[in-house]
Amino acid sequence: MDLYGLVGFNILVGIGTIALITVGLGVIYGMMKIINLAHGEFMMLGAYATYVANTHGINIWIAMLIIAPIFVGLVGLVVERCLIRFLYGRMIDTMLATWGLSLGLIGLMTSIFGNDPRGVPTPVGSFSIGHYAASLYGFVIVVVAILALAGFYAMLSLTRYGLIVRATMQNPNMAAALGVAPPTIYMATFALGAALAGLAGGVLAPISGVSPVMGAAFIAKAFITVLGGGAAIVTGTSLASGLFGFIDTFVSFKSTPVIGEVALLLAAVVMIRILPQGITGRFLRRSL
Amino acid sequence: MIFRKLKRADSAGGIWGPVAVVVAGLVLLVGAPMVTGTFGLLQLTVLAALAIFALAQGFIWGFGGILCFGQSAFLGLGGYAYAVGALNMTDTTGAVALAIIVPMLFAALLGYFMFYGRISDAYIGVITLTVSIILFDLFNSTSGDIYHIGQAPLGGFNGIPSVPPLNIPGNPDAQLDTNGLWYAAMGALILCYILLKWILASRFGRVVVAIRENETRAQLLGYDPRLFKLLTFIIGAGISGLAGCLYTNWGAFISPTVFSLTMSAQVIIYVLVGGLGTLIGPILGAVGIQYLINVAGGQHVIDPNLLLGIVLVAFVLLVPQGVVPVIRAGFRRLIPAKQPSTTLAQPVSQEASR
Amino acid sequence: MSQSPGTRRGFLKLGAALGGTALSTPFIARHALAAEPIKVGVLLDQSGPLGLSGQPMLQATQYAAKVINDQGGLLGRPVQLVTYDTQSSMQLYTQYAQQLALKDKVAVVQGGITSASREAIRPIFDRFKTLYFYNTQYEGGVCDRDIFCTGTTPAQTVSHIVPYALKNWGKKTYIIAADYNYGHITAKWMTKYTREGGGQVLETDFFPLDVTDFSATISKIQQASPDFVLSPLVGANHLGFYRQWAAAGMKSKIPVASSVFGLSNELKSMAPSVTDGIISAFGWYPTVPGAGSTSFSDGMAKMFGPNLPMLSELDSASYEGMMFWAEGVKKAGTVERLAVIKALESGITIDGPSGKATMDPATHHVIHNAYLAKAVAGEWAIQDTYPASPPADTAAVCDLIKNPRMDKQFIVNVD
Repeated sequence: MDLYGLVGFNILVGIGTIALITVGLGVIYGMMKIINLAHGEFMMLGAYATYVANTHGINIWIAMLIIAPIFVGLVGLVVERCLIRFLYGRMIDTMLATWGLSLGLIGLMTSIFGNDPRGVPTPVGSFSIGHYAASLYGFVIVVVAILALAGFYAMLSLTRYGLIVRATMQNPNMAAALGVAPPTIYMATFALGAALAGLAGGVLAPISGVSPVMGAAFIAKAFITVLGGGAAIVTGTSLASGLFGFIDTFVSFKSTPVIGEVALLLAAVVMIRILPQGITGRFLRRSL
Repeated sequence: MIFRKLKRADSAGGIWGPVAVVVAGLVLLVGAPMVTGTFGLLQLTVLAALAIFALAQGFIWGFGGILCFGQSAFLGLGGYAYAVGALNMTDTTGAVALAIIVPMLFAALLGYFMFYGRISDAYIGVITLTVSIILFDLFNSTSGDIYHIGQAPLGGFNGIPSVPPLNIPGNPDAQLDTNGLWYAAMGALILCYILLKWILASRFGRVVVAIRENETRAQLLGYDPRLFKLLTFIIGAGISGLAGCLYTNWGAFISPTVFSLTMSAQVIIYVLVGGLGTLIGPILGAVGIQYLINVAGGQHVIDPNLLLGIVLVAFVLLVPQGVVPVIRAGFRRLIPAKQPSTTLAQPVSQEASR
Repeated sequence: MSQSPGTRRGFLKLGAALGGTALSTPFIARHALAAEPIKVGVLLDQSGPLGLSGQPMLQATQYAAKVINDQGGLLGRPVQLVTYDTQSSMQLYTQYAQQLALKDKVAVVQGGITSASREAIRPIFDRFKTLYFYNTQYEGGVCDRDIFCTGTTPAQTVSHIVPYALKNWGKKTYIIAADYNYGHITAKWMTKYTREGGGQVLETDFFPLDVTDFSATISKIQQASPDFVLSPLVGANHLGFYRQWAAAGMKSKIPVASSVFGLSNELKSMAPSVTDGIISAFGWYPTVPGAGSTSFSDGMAKMFGPNLPMLSELDSASYEGMMFWAEGVKKAGTVERLAVIKALESGITIDGPSGKATMDPATHHVIHNAYLAKAVAGEWAIQDTYPASPPADTAAVCDLIKNPRMDKQFIVNVD
């Protein structure tokens, strides 16, 4: 019985992890129809921000929950102003440009920090489920993922800003005619997505270690979850994370982490093959 | 309408450009061993292999309009197929055939799901990217003894060392030395170039380009875009597999790093920099970018990834059509064309002329 | 070497004379160092997951070159290192190996860290006739006349770890290993020794080098509840296991023994609360007593200052690799490959950091002192010493004197 508790806990953490790494990508894709191939590197920047802040004596919680998202959000702002805004409406070019950005960020961080993995300490200890022990940090991940999704949902549905954002995404011309400046909304949305990626990077840093190439380990899962989830950011991300997180963790426990990841990716490819219409339909409608 | 335009464009391009390219290739093929030593020749051999890889990507992307972000999957499958074949057979000729056929079969399967599922370009990019990541992870986890095919252990992270080199077909004892390998690689590059030129000049090639230009219109004319895209994708995979075979021969070694994202990114950069919709562009792009990477890596001035990233972003923003078309357009402006060439035909004529 | 045989002999005599007198006469030594240097290729990861191990290995190689040059060089010529950073990438190993063999034309190559990197470059050095020294403790079994392995092998280390664990901790073990040839073969040796000692291996799991999250595995280990864990995990990413193991509160419950722990500055980079109690066995520790050991530690500290990481067998073996090669060159009177191989096959003995070490002619491995130690408050406390341990694993299958054309890696068969 204890074992089921332990496995259940691990699955919960697996779902939380996937939701966390996906939400930033989902915000940018769902609202702007931009596939940000530098998403993993935004997470990497968040992890480095946490690492640097922590080594300068800043409290680890402040470093990962506040400094990392703010720093990466600002990076996102700069990227949107200098790169993305020239490419709106050119989906493929955006993918290529963000891929270039991803390579560039890996190279830049390698030049600055070298490519040796760094560690960030885990700020909490362990607890026991029956006679099994598990790391309390898993709870942190789950709670942060829920807060990020809930916060975003509340912002979209309850605030005036959320209303304006939804209006702009649905019909930018009409919104502009009503006095909204779509470029500002796009800029803010991209920065918000980047900040969420930074948050994910910061929170996962103690578990994954910090290195310039760490992003590559996450992007496949994040893309797949976003595509699987579809256009509704909050519900889509939650549902897809639930499914893929369960598959990943469960198969990992039964075999190895690699097979777990492969199973997740295969399941996702099959799922997109079965349900391409809804997603593509949404995508085509927007791009036309 | 489309076909009349294409024919005109084709005659405008002329045959002399491709002939000049082939002659230059032959001169290099014969001349290189005379002027450079073993090390230089090995470097040129790997460049030729990567240029073939770039040709494949240039063909499916620039002419077929297929956005494959995971072309390295086929490079790697070809390399592994060759290594496994060469370790199991005494004559490596069969292994070369495997290196071409296995990626083609895999592409047929994957392409069927993608093109007959009618998913969008961006999704094709994401799915191919994902597949190359799956293959990377899979091959990385085949270290155990149970993972072997015949005599060949897959070796996981280690890859497969001591892969036997190519031999003269039918004569397993006549293994190619460094010079022989260069002739094989450069010869293959020239042959692939001629093959793709020929395909593009054929009726099939014209339909492929027509589908890229306007899928609906081509379909209304009675061509099934799904089938033509699938065939284009399969041809690209076969050529990538051949590149993988030569790449394996260069180091007598293959490991899962051939499936890596960097490899897929590099080939996209070759094509984008050299010029979309040309065949010589990707070749020149491969040579130029690899030269840049070597210089940067050797002097430790700038990280190769940073360099690649800057090049990619700069080209997307500033020169999205690539170097070769820009230069060619410049020439056109200097030397007025004899044939009346409308601006409408311009983009298509670029493909057909080189 | 491009001299014709006749002139070469004359040249060698001169060289030997210079080498022989260099120590006693500073003038000739200075003169000798003005001669054309002997190039030594070094391929070690200075960055990436294996950079932590590679940096001090390069420093130890540089230190050895300095010691050789301070004594007047070899054959009257100074030794010059040609170093490339392989960045933990197999691709770069292939590329730089070709460069060292064909472009730089070095006399010998020292390096390679993972077994994967060794197997990638070994065929290249075979093909282009370049002498190669591999200075890492590894899984054993390499049988190739062109390569000399100065690190310890399972018969010298794992064979001591497992009986210690069986005696002190219990009979049931769980193996977690790196997913490449080193991890797989070492796991087999661990299984073999465990069964021979009457123990039982409950489960063996393998992890690719880029895995950093071990939470699922830690749960699995708890479910199996072994008496101890054996770990041939490799590289900086896998250090996450030890951190997460301690964070999950398992360290006080199930002890861990490792065949690689300590080779990349672990005791300095992690807190004692994570490392204390872990057992390992190597050919050398900084805490090994003896004049050779202290002079190596002191010399390294003097040359590289206080930022030097905690040294390990990888570094002492890198130093010994250079010294074995130097002795071979001195004895052969030339840097020519076959002559040096023959000289080394005469059974050369050097006084290294871990005491006397002898090159075994039949296997090209080293007969070496071995030590078993426990991490205590960030230092290795030596528990046991095994003098002149032979590389019995490789010796059982490999005899390069009888079969000089042998070129393969033997793999132990369990079950």
